[in-house]
Amino acid sequence: MRNRDTMTVWRAFLPDLLTACGLIAAPFILPSLGFAADTVNRILVLGLFGIGFDILFGFTGLLSFGQSAFFGTGGFVAAYLTINGIIPNVMLALVIGTIVGAATGVLVGLIALRRTGIYFAMITVAIAETFFFVENSPLAAYTGGENGLSGVPSPVFNLGFVTWRVGTGYSMYTFLAICFLVGMIIARRIIHSPVGAIFMAIRDNPIRARAVGHAVERYKLLAFTIAAAYAGLAGGLLGVLQGYMPPDAFTFDTSGELIMQTMIGGTGFLFGPLAGAAVWLYLRDFLQSGLGLGAAWKLVLGIIFVLLICFLRRGVIGGVIDLVGLARPRRSSAPTDEEPLPADAPPKKRPAPPPGPVLEVRGLSRRFGGLVANNDIDFTVEAGELRGVIGPNGAGKSTFFKMITCEMAPTAGTIRFQGRDITGWDVTDVCQIGLTKSYQVNQLFTKLTVRQNLAISALAAARGRFRLDVLRRATHVPGVTAQIAHTLALIGLTGRADVAVSDLAYGEKRRVEIGLALASEPTLLLLDEPLAGMSPQERAETVQLLRRIRVGRTLIVVEHDMDAIFGLAERITVLCEGRVLADGTPLEIQASKAVQDAYLGGEVVE
Amino acid sequence: MLSWPNFISQLFNGLALGALLALISSGLTVIYGTLGVLNLAHGAMFMMGGYGGFVTYQYTHSFALALVGGTLCVLVIGVVTEQVLIRHFYRRPPEDQLLVTFGLGIVFVELVRLGFGSLSLQVSPPEWASGITRMGFLIYPTYRLYVMGIIAVALAVLYLILYRTRIGMIVRAGIEDSGMVDMLGINVFRVFMLVFGIGAAAAGFAGIVDAPVLPLTPDMGDQILVETFVVVVIGGVGSFPGAILGGLIAGEILSITSMFNPSYSQVMLFVVMTLVLLLRPQGLLGQSSRT
Repeated sequence: MRNRDTMTVWRAFLPDLLTACGLIAAPFILPSLGFAADTVNRILVLGLFGIGFDILFGFTGLLSFGQSAFFGTGGFVAAYLTINGIIPNVMLALVIGTIVGAATGVLVGLIALRRTGIYFAMITVAIAETFFFVENSPLAAYTGGENGLSGVPSPVFNLGFVTWRVGTGYSMYTFLAICFLVGMIIARRIIHSPVGAIFMAIRDNPIRARAVGHAVERYKLLAFTIAAAYAGLAGGLLGVLQGYMPPDAFTFDTSGELIMQTMIGGTGFLFGPLAGAAVWLYLRDFLQSGLGLGAAWKLVLGIIFVLLICFLRRGVIGGVIDLVGLARPRRSSAPTDEEPLPADAPPKKRPAPPPGPVLEVRGLSRRFGGLVANNDIDFTVEAGELRGVIGPNGAGKSTFFKMITCEMAPTAGTIRFQGRDITGWDVTDVCQIGLTKSYQVNQLFTKLTVRQNLAISALAAARGRFRLDVLRRATHVPGVTAQIAHTLALIGLTGRADVAVSDLAYGEKRRVEIGLALASEPTLLLLDEPLAGMSPQERAETVQLLRRIRVGRTLIVVEHDMDAIFGLAERITVLCEGRVLADGTPLEIQASKAVQDAYLGGEVVE
Repeated sequence: MLSWPNFISQLFNGLALGALLALISSGLTVIYGTLGVLNLAHGAMFMMGGYGGFVTYQYTHSFALALVGGTLCVLVIGVVTEQVLIRHFYRRPPEDQLLVTFGLGIVFVELVRLGFGSLSLQVSPPEWASGITRMGFLIYPTYRLYVMGIIAVALAVLYLILYRTRIGMIVRAGIEDSGMVDMLGINVFRVFMLVFGIGAAAAGFAGIVDAPVLPLTPDMGDQILVETFVVVVIGGVGSFPGAILGGLIAGEILSITSMFNPSYSQVMLFVVMTLVLLLRPQGLLGQSSRT
């Protein structure tokens, strides 16, 4: 046991160790490949700048075109402080530059993150351009305007027995390599922390990340701030490296080249920007002087970039990994034998629900313009009940579900969950108090494995809406591993836990969909057509699954499969044209004339 | 410094700049609204229109023909770009579309740099529009008055295409719900090709109209692209009337602020954009469902 623990620790630190070895070896290898020391140093600064950007774009999925704002801010703050002797200690000035960069990131993020996708991209461009203008004229007295700031000193370290004055060339390299190594180690901790897992969940499916109980907006702001901090530090280091802080740190070209270098290297590996910057600077020198292309080097690099986006979206590192993967086929993970569900997975011990109705809905209505989707619905579900909700297409079932889980605000009416009025709450908060839904159309984190998917839900249950535990390993959060194992057994995917969700068969994806809702440990679980699109075999298995998960939980199931729902539910509510048409035991519903008319197209009896 | 004639002439400058931004932005917004692609190479289209017009002018010495030549040149570039590259990106995530058009913009700029060099080129205004015009107490460059007129006509033409033709009907339906249009049995891809061409041509046309005012350089489109973004964010993405309103607002902000202190004009533009984002995130005339 002890031995195995040592192994795990060893494996966790192996990448850091390899990075350190690589950084030590680089000065002995790169010169023979034609890299000058200054170029290598520049690659390190750009690589560090890119680590933050990769966390933002590669892991969280937020494409910012405005990173120059933080690069420039951090750089000029550090340069100004040291040149004017306000903070003579260069390291301290760099730290302050990083903090100011991060703080700027918070402010900009609060504005830019109000929108997503292309809006976000456009706003970041506009903001970064504004920074350039502000730096260039209103603040020219501090930033030197078009001249920049020259005379940035190098750091001096008093190591007790000797004083290390960082010089140029490989002396500077040693300093920058240490900065890079620290930056990389921290970044790897962040990525393997619960926060990193949630970043990836936001990249894959922000809607579901919000629905399983994570405060997505705050995590996005966190990713944005982290990226800004890395940019601020890199900007400061650029000043130290050159002894001069150039005003073009603030230009759109800085942001653009960062993006291009990251895409050339590959996103989602943290090392992508480093590799990309190396390729970029090497090709630039080679094309400019080697081939004598002069100014046309950027044209060639632009064409290479476009081709990469078209054909090699994962960049150079991604391409190499794919090649290695092709040459060495992994263990077969063909989805042929879907494992049968275990006969009985033990239900987790959960506290007895408080007495009284779990859900109480009064006078719930929802209008879309002139259309009344839900009209004055009263609906009560007792603890431990399995309630079926049926109704013809367009009866308003999905709208009804969306209002209960607070994905959609009602036009009128109240919703009480365990005695608490949750009308107008946020979907995240509702999930946090134990009410969630599985979706009619799968809403999964498709690039993540089954285990990682369930972890996203389990983390929300274990950690709450938002926590800043960026240095803790996601697997070390108490209770999460057990919750994942339990849910895997429940949905019968233990043997497929480490397969990417995109590689699963449809029926398996459907079970992950239910598993995502289950892993957030709900008291009340809503299932929107859990059997939709399944084969008869899969239906039978899923019905068995529903029987098992109802133990200790309250379930409301919308379903079109009448045989299944009449066999499962104790009570059934029939919705028709936005109203409750009937409510009763399956036998009463089957006997109801009104229900028969509604389904067979007769007149609706009021 | 703050005199009435000065203020009025700045208002006119703002109107001319605003009209120009409105035309470029409406091209960007129509492409986005229909195809769902934000074209980051739009600034390069503006620039290539200017150079296309410049070349035509060199050969024909006719400004009117230069307008036609520059626009046609960008129309063709737009259609070819859509056919060769953009259409393979409709099914890819929006980030990929941003990246590929961003790269394309750089390729265009560098190609033009390779062909024409980095030095700025001047196109002189046509004889019939040079000189100054006296309007009561105001003396104003004649060509800028023409700019307003020409762009007003161009916007009207764009309006007619969008609101009075079959293609325009499909485009507007596509902005609402492109999936539904596809299901109605209309070949949306043919329409997409045309829309991309027309949207690019709008920017190209603006490029040559603006050439006598602003010297041509390969990266003249970069600044315009950023301003166009602000216009679209203020007006509402995908909204043609929003682009026009946003363009005029942005033009006036830029020119009135620069009357007091030119270095703050861009900052002021950003302040207004932030206010719009805080108070009405979907833009002044945008639909709330679009995010």
